[in-house]
Amino acid sequence: MKHLRAWLSRLAGVFSKQARESEISDEIESHLAMQIDDNLRAGMTADEARRAAILKLGGIEQTKQAYRARGTVPGLEALVQDLRYGLRQLRSNPGFACTAILVLALGIGASTAIFSAVNPILFRPLPYPDANRIMMLWEEHTGGSAEFACFGTFRGVSERSRSLQAVAVVKAWQPTMIGKGEPERFEGQRVSADYFRVLGVEPVLGRDFDAADDQHKGPNVVVLSDALWWRRFGGDRSIVGRQITLDDSLYTIIGIMPRGFENVVAPEAQLWAPLQYDPSLPPDSREWGHHLQMVGRLRPETTPEAAHNELHVALHPFTQAYASGFDSSGGAPQGIIVTALQRDITKDVRPALLAILGAVLLLLLIACVNVTNLMLARGAQRRGEFAMRVALGANRARLVQQLLTESLLLAIVGGVLGVLLARVGVRFLVALSPATLPRAHDIAVDKTALLFALGISSFVGVVVGLMPAVYASRSDPQSGLQQSSRTTAGGPQFTLRALVVAEVAIALVLLVSAGLLLRSIQRLFAIPPGFDSSHLLTMQVQEYGHRFDKDADRARFFDEALRAVKQVPGVVDAAFTSQLPLGGESDSYGVEFQTRPNDLSSAGFRYAVDPSYFAVMKVPLRRGRLLDEQDRVGAPMAVLLSESYARRIFRYADPIGQHVRMGPDYGHPEKPWATVVGVVSDVKQISLGLNDGEAFYITRAQWHWVDAAQSLVVRTRGDAAAMAPAIRRAIWSMDKDQPIVRVVTMDKLIADSEAQRHFALVLFEAFALVGLILAATGIYGVLSGNVSERTREIGVRAALGASPTNILALVLRQGLTLAGMGLVLGLLGAMVCSRALMTLLFGTSPLDPLTYLSVVAVLVIVSSMACWIPAHRAANVDPAITLRAE
Amino acid sequence: MADKTDVWQGTLALMVLKTLETMGPLHGYGIARRIEQISGNLLSLNYGTLYPALLKLEQEGAIASEWGTSENNRKAKFYKLTRAGRKQLEKEAREWEQARAIVGRFLAPSEEQA
Repeated sequence: MKHLRAWLSRLAGVFSKQARESEISDEIESHLAMQIDDNLRAGMTADEARRAAILKLGGIEQTKQAYRARGTVPGLEALVQDLRYGLRQLRSNPGFACTAILVLALGIGASTAIFSAVNPILFRPLPYPDANRIMMLWEEHTGGSAEFACFGTFRGVSERSRSLQAVAVVKAWQPTMIGKGEPERFEGQRVSADYFRVLGVEPVLGRDFDAADDQHKGPNVVVLSDALWWRRFGGDRSIVGRQITLDDSLYTIIGIMPRGFENVVAPEAQLWAPLQYDPSLPPDSREWGHHLQMVGRLRPETTPEAAHNELHVALHPFTQAYASGFDSSGGAPQGIIVTALQRDITKDVRPALLAILGAVLLLLLIACVNVTNLMLARGAQRRGEFAMRVALGANRARLVQQLLTESLLLAIVGGVLGVLLARVGVRFLVALSPATLPRAHDIAVDKTALLFALGISSFVGVVVGLMPAVYASRSDPQSGLQQSSRTTAGGPQFTLRALVVAEVAIALVLLVSAGLLLRSIQRLFAIPPGFDSSHLLTMQVQEYGHRFDKDADRARFFDEALRAVKQVPGVVDAAFTSQLPLGGESDSYGVEFQTRPNDLSSAGFRYAVDPSYFAVMKVPLRRGRLLDEQDRVGAPMAVLLSESYARRIFRYADPIGQHVRMGPDYGHPEKPWATVVGVVSDVKQISLGLNDGEAFYITRAQWHWVDAAQSLVVRTRGDAAAMAPAIRRAIWSMDKDQPIVRVVTMDKLIADSEAQRHFALVLFEAFALVGLILAATGIYGVLSGNVSERTREIGVRAALGASPTNILALVLRQGLTLAGMGLVLGLLGAMVCSRALMTLLFGTSPLDPLTYLSVVAVLVIVSSMACWIPAHRAANVDPAITLRAE
Repeated sequence: MADKTDVWQGTLALMVLKTLETMGPLHGYGIARRIEQISGNLLSLNYGTLYPALLKLEQEGAIASEWGTSENNRKAKFYKLTRAGRKQLEKEAREWEQARAIVGRFLAPSEEQA
């Protein structure tokens, strides 16, 4: 306690030096006066009295020194001195200070912003208790391929597994609620009873689901998210037990989830209802469809590997017992793939985020190199000052400390500015990020990010200061003082050049990476999607409610809505389809070909469409005929195949007239065959980058059921987006309670399907551009500094007859040699680094020659410009003036 | 005349505190003189070393200082014991007594033998 107090007082003493100085002087003076009085009284002469008094004291200065040492913290005092001096230095040279601080702020700000984004997504644990024990469970099929779970598998896992404490399955659920205004469709989930227990989160109000809720044909109960509770019910605490109408049925609200609850499996979900599948597992039922996400919580001290190994064996008897059920689901899984939930939900963005993190660190490196350059140049100017300090007795360590303090000061100021930059940058990042980015709302410059910023600022401060400090401390006081400041090139020249080389090399790596990504995106968007995406508006229309329980009523609604849409002025044509290409859906069904019995590899994407679909989308017909109005209920079933599908199945045989059974008819010999009537060209379904064109088309009327949610595609005369309100009104004129969601133009949908690559590209371009600018200023700075140091030498050369052209060439050659060395090193670096980008590239080799060539060209041009200005200045040096100036 | 002993490490603070307890508020010079007198001029005290010690005690809160006027009408800084200082003095005095007793017991038997 008393020691702490003493320390605090000493710490405070650091800042009250003046007051203490005068205090001790006064005290010593009064002490001496009293002693001299006594000595005089003892009979000494005045001189003797004073001398004896000082002797007895042990020296005035010595006393003061001892007092001072006790009054403050010695090292700290030097630091404060250095800081004061450093600040004065920076203020006396605002140009240097501002440039260095801005460059550092840019580097630190960009890194902090990216770190703020990457940290919550990739590194911070999920917001659940013991989150590392929560696993995503996939069915493992032949060749290790992962598939969604079917309910049968879930039952097997939950019954047999010992290593899992709780298991649950979830699926998306989009119930509609009608209120006073427009009908609202919610994003929600159907979950098995233990879902919230797997996550380890309990409702804050009401209760969790239990086994009684999750029974086949069980009660209609629902749990709401905090956000929904506040938005629709004003946070009313008496809400539990009340009923709401969802999809025309009454649901009882049984619980409210806590405010901070983050549902990472489906971030949009706002309400949850029990799954209520049939545990008796009737064959040929939805219980065997692979559409469930399975999550589980490991028991403490179990590993994912142990769970995987256990299930590999334990599941077997179960799959035997339900062999026929598993057969109808396409075969029993060989095991269960167990991966950490966090890894699972971030697996798609991980490569892009890591690449971006790498890029921003390169940018930071360039910024550091630039500032080191500046500091070295500045050190050269201050050589006289350092020499003077050494001559006056400063030791080298003290000099290094002084310079490191200065660079740390720069870095910390830069860091503070950088954090401000990062706060703005993060907002841009979030706005720019693909919609699929998990945990995006967790991105913020938070405490961890601030610590990160502080950490790199200090690190950068030491890194940029070290080299200049070492050079300064090595400087020989004699030469430093003698030659004032205008001298020939000294020690740092080699380092300066090395730094320029490094800068050019890093900039090249960044530019090549950005270039490769750009080429990939260009290649991707150059791929024809298989239809004409311009002037196409899409939206999803959903039916709900008991009045549509009969298929015929559903079909009628869509028919009427379509008719109404076609009437809207500006609409060329329109069609409904069961799924949209590149819309994030992948609805595929098995197809049985008469010519290929027992072929399990024949599933294709299912499109149940209006006959006008092909005209609206401009999907060209390759053979046979398109679907038409004759292909209606009762008529023989007509099917179109996509080109690559037909080619794979029938090779060179004519597909027209071949027989197939699709979806639920698959493998049922009593069902009639459908006939292939035509072949249309391939359409991209999942991504432009994938060859996934295998699809079959059938009219909506002839498909086995009417899909409750269908996508409307509308070809418009003018701007597609502008037509949205009119089209929505047309549909609602038929039935105002049907929700319409995901209204978006086809062009936007295609752009969004590559959002992740695009995100990476934009950031890489930004970093590469900044890197290029920094590298150019770096080259320029070093060369122009070099030229002004050599003014005298150049003057002598000119006087001895060197022409301006000679001198221009001399300086240019010097600069371009450095740039050239940087280019060579950079090329090697880029070849290595671009491998890390592999997963983000498309149709572009990481060694794409065009990219490398153009980047080299850009860098050559930019560095030539950076060299030319100082070279030009050198060429115009007037020898008479420079020589006289010496 | 016997050689003068240097002030043992750590005892200076105790002496300062005790002096202030006995004498009441006193300036640095007075404290130094008093310590020398009490020791019967057996202690050699560099007066200068007193000031850092006073500063340390003040930083620890054992004493407080105030400028005032000396008996000879000189401006001087007076130190006085605080309540914390009184406690510290009691504690250190007790510890000193204890240490002396222990060392004394070690030395006593050897005197008997002699």
